[in-house]
Amino acid sequence: MIRTEFLCKSFGNLKVLNDISTEIRKGEVVAILGPSGCGKSTLLRCLNLLETPTRGRVYINDVEITNPKTDVNKVRQNMGMVFQHFNLFPHMTVLQNVTYGPIKVKQMPKGQAQELGMAQLHVVGLDEKADVYPSRLSGGQKQRVAIARALAMQPGVMLFDEPTSALDPEMVKEVLAVMKGLVNSGMTMAIVTHEMGFAREVADRILFLEGGGIAEDAPPSVFFTAPKSERAQQFLEKVL
Amino acid sequence: MSDDWLYNVSITPLSVLAQGAGLVLDFSRIRENIPFILQGVPVTLSFSIVSALFGFTWGTVLSIFKISNILPLKLLADLYTSIFRGTPLILQLALIYFATPQLTGITPTPFQAAVVTFSLNSAAYSSETIRGGIMAVDRGQREAAMTLGVKYPTMMWDIVLPQAFKNILPALVNESIALLKDSALVSTVGALDLMRRGQVVAAEKFIFFEPLMIVAVIYYVLVMGLTFVAQQLERRMRKSD
Repeated sequence: MIRTEFLCKSFGNLKVLNDISTEIRKGEVVAILGPSGCGKSTLLRCLNLLETPTRGRVYINDVEITNPKTDVNKVRQNMGMVFQHFNLFPHMTVLQNVTYGPIKVKQMPKGQAQELGMAQLHVVGLDEKADVYPSRLSGGQKQRVAIARALAMQPGVMLFDEPTSALDPEMVKEVLAVMKGLVNSGMTMAIVTHEMGFAREVADRILFLEGGGIAEDAPPSVFFTAPKSERAQQFLEKVL
Repeated sequence: MSDDWLYNVSITPLSVLAQGAGLVLDFSRIRENIPFILQGVPVTLSFSIVSALFGFTWGTVLSIFKISNILPLKLLADLYTSIFRGTPLILQLALIYFATPQLTGITPTPFQAAVVTFSLNSAAYSSETIRGGIMAVDRGQREAAMTLGVKYPTMMWDIVLPQAFKNILPALVNESIALLKDSALVSTVGALDLMRRGQVVAAEKFIFFEPLMIVAVIYYVLVMGLTFVAQQLERRMRKSD
């Protein structure tokens, strides 16, 4: 589904990603972990070209999106993304946020888009908030709307960039519950997170990044009990 | 000796000056001219509205040039702004009104020449304001639209510009007020706007204070009206907060 080959990203002289070659298969849930500054968010953002890789290739369903001839917008329609700071459109109501993509990008008729939008809001448990503006929502509710907005494009894969890091502790749970529902529905997911318990519970694979490279690629049962790399051991000692 | 006159004037009591100038206000003397002056309101208003509309539209285009990564467009927009900000408005007006016939053989009406000048000029100023407004919109907004697969022009129009304009509305109101008042400059090329009509009446009746006072009050009322409309607009735009 997603494949990277020798992916490198530098910001000026700062090398953030160094030769990342990995793969996320269809239906797989991959949690990307690592100390801050290790490049995990950058890796995620390279997958839909929010960051342009300095070198290397990214394939989505065997289409090379790093090829300048590829219509990135077309590819992005199939990749939902959820941000740390929600990034809801503040001048649109909740329902308008959710239906914006289907209407503007997929040219879906408004009525049909609203039906779809309401269905997605139901999935995240926010049907009754359809007509309010994002400023009236709590952080957790905002993030759930953001998830609904991404899902309304009916993507084949969902990317989560620290979806609970900006939330108050009591709101983390409701967002994780929605994400767990997605996992159970068989969605392909890549999740950058600091929620170790969540990663351990839902991920099929853990990618542990360190210094811009993959230091460990293992199922959670192995990663959390018997990590091979010294850096991963230190990391786990600190966070668990 | 040579600067005696200066000395004299500075010590002349105001009351004497006023008497000398005959400062006895008598608005009844120009009562019959008031309809003539009021006919300047639609001229001044339509002139300001058309100029603001063209100016802000062109200013938006320029601001998008300025933030684009196409270097020639960026340079063009910067050069444009520097020229229109770097020369007096009244000179630009004179150039466009008097020099255009010489260059092209087309003689614009005073109204046309003034609309063109004021649009071009206010575009230069507002493009900077709008650029600032666009840059102040959180980058995440753009990214969220991009990840939905929204194309750049649609994203600008639906997501970035509405938020930018909401933030810079007070600055644009300032710009509009300046435009409304600066429009008095069109009187210099003979358009019969409020200012010019005041001057015409003054010249006809040989009294200055009364017609100019009336014109001043009308300008003030117009600016207050504009301010009120802008406040209503701002309130409406803030409903999502």
